[in-house]
Amino acid sequence: MSLIRLQNISRRYQMGTETIHALRDVSLEIQRGEYVAIMGPSGSGKSTLMNLLGCLDTPTSGTYELNGNNVSEMDDNELAEIRNREIGFVFQTFNLLPRSSALRNVELPLIYSGIDFDERRQVAMDALTSVGLADRVTHKPNELSGGQRQRVAIARALVNSPSIILADEPTGNLDSKTGVEIMALFEDLSQKGNTVFVVTHEEEIARHARRILRIRDGLIASDEQVTK
Amino acid sequence: MNFLTELKEGLAIAWDAICANKMRSVLTTLGIVIGIVTVTLMGTALDAMNRAFHNSISIMGADTLFVQRFSWMARSQGEWHKFQKRREITWQQAKEVEKQMTLARGIAPVVSMKRSVSYQDRSSSRVSIIGSTDQFLITSGFTVDLGRFISAMEAEAGRPVCVIGTDVATNLFVNESPLGKRIRIGSRSLEVIGVLTKQGKFMGIESLDNEVIIPVQQLLTGYWRDPDFQIQVKISDIKTLEESKDELRGLMRKIRRLNPGDEDDFAINQQEQLVEMFNRVAKIIATVGLLVTGLSLFVGGIGIMNIMFVSVAERTREIGVRKAIGAKRRTILLQFLIEAASICLIGGLVGLAITALLTWILGSFMPIPVTLSFPVMGLAILVSLLTGVASGFFPAWRAARMDPVEALRNE
Repeated sequence: MSLIRLQNISRRYQMGTETIHALRDVSLEIQRGEYVAIMGPSGSGKSTLMNLLGCLDTPTSGTYELNGNNVSEMDDNELAEIRNREIGFVFQTFNLLPRSSALRNVELPLIYSGIDFDERRQVAMDALTSVGLADRVTHKPNELSGGQRQRVAIARALVNSPSIILADEPTGNLDSKTGVEIMALFEDLSQKGNTVFVVTHEEEIARHARRILRIRDGLIASDEQVTK
Repeated sequence: MNFLTELKEGLAIAWDAICANKMRSVLTTLGIVIGIVTVTLMGTALDAMNRAFHNSISIMGADTLFVQRFSWMARSQGEWHKFQKRREITWQQAKEVEKQMTLARGIAPVVSMKRSVSYQDRSSSRVSIIGSTDQFLITSGFTVDLGRFISAMEAEAGRPVCVIGTDVATNLFVNESPLGKRIRIGSRSLEVIGVLTKQGKFMGIESLDNEVIIPVQQLLTGYWRDPDFQIQVKISDIKTLEESKDELRGLMRKIRRLNPGDEDDFAINQQEQLVEMFNRVAKIIATVGLLVTGLSLFVGGIGIMNIMFVSVAERTREIGVRKAIGAKRRTILLQFLIEAASICLIGGLVGLAITALLTWILGSFMPIPVTLSFPVMGLAILVSLLTGVASGFFPAWRAARMDPVEALRNE
């Protein structure tokens, strides 16, 4: 069974009197363990697709099954639970809580899933260790470099052992050397069996993935396997 | 996520947010502090007033009736004028009541006036001179501390004797016993035969010990020929209060020769009426007072609401991140509610501390005892919490309902 199955997904927005078709009748299947890059110019619908995949948004029509759950029918609270359990987000601007330490930032998803203190601390420590930040746990985001911040964000995305990791332009705010390091981390995660999505507009970044989806005008323009 | 961890988490976040904006938090809290101080001070003042009144009134006794031209329950100036036009109650009428009333333990005609009293070179002005009989001891509930009270015979014959209150005793007599001494009231001198037990002050203001009791006949011949009497009746049993009142009323109507259709031209007053009237006035004072002071709390609440809206707007992105990570609406709602309630609770506690200090300072030079009571304290804490929840609700609701996609897009 596929991990992700989108069937005839459409997403329309009302902008004044105009209806914007961000996605038009998109169908897609993703298997567990895939490493997918989503590409497309701005306004193509790639952000909408990512928001739908991340359960931040629901489709206007069509069905979305994630790990056997019919997500398209869920209400706000159920979606929050799915996001907590099944999805790890990595953002372009890191989006860490500025006043909390790295450890607390990583603990946050565990707090929302109701894991008790001792286990929480242990799991969060392990996640930070796995991204190479075991010696930075008490640092606040503003005491860390960009690359380190993104590693904290990745640790946070991993900590609940989600079904998919969704990275939106993860190297967009990093210099190219750090970007390479971060992409190596995603490569590593993929090797370990995680399902990873990277949204990017850089061909070079997309080349790290095994499969590239190109979105244009709300449609999947191409779907290619990367040969290495 | 269970409620307890949610609460703990909410408190931690609230504390972070409060610390992150110290100046803003202090200023916002100030509004609540002022609100709570005014409300609790008002509550404490009302408390003290009530207590003082009820302590004072209990001296009077619930089983004493006061027959007078004036009703204590006068509702308007018009009524007051009506009372003034009524015929005076004479000693003759008082004597008739005394002779015919059956359901009474004691009946005393009472006349009082203010005069200066002197002994040798010491004098005391504006002392209540009360003309009455031996029965006054029963109806007033006073007791004699030194010596004895006026006897029936002395009262009837108008002997030049008197019984004085403790204030008069301490004002006129230094290092000597008043008993057997002669004090001057106006042109006459009277022998002190007794001193009353200390009564204290009415409402902490008017002393109940600044009086001289003289035989009624002495007062009539020496000072005031045709005064308006008050008849004090101590009834025999509180259980037959209504019967006693009925008997007294019938008797007074007969004595004052009222026709069956006529309205009473006298009033039978009792402590209960006074309590009732006081309660009515107290309720108005309490309502107006708490309304006015509550306004300041309301303004404080608006301040909290305002700052919470700012806080929510500032942290839109954080809300988006929390939602993306799995925070439910309820979690976000609770987080901001706790933040608002924490600010208010801190304000409430600080306000209470200030009130406690103020009460302590005021209490040390007020004539009546003033203390911050536990109900007022509990209420203050509850009210501050409620203010927090009420004023935090709309901002928290707005935060909870945010669309995560929109919130994450916010710069």
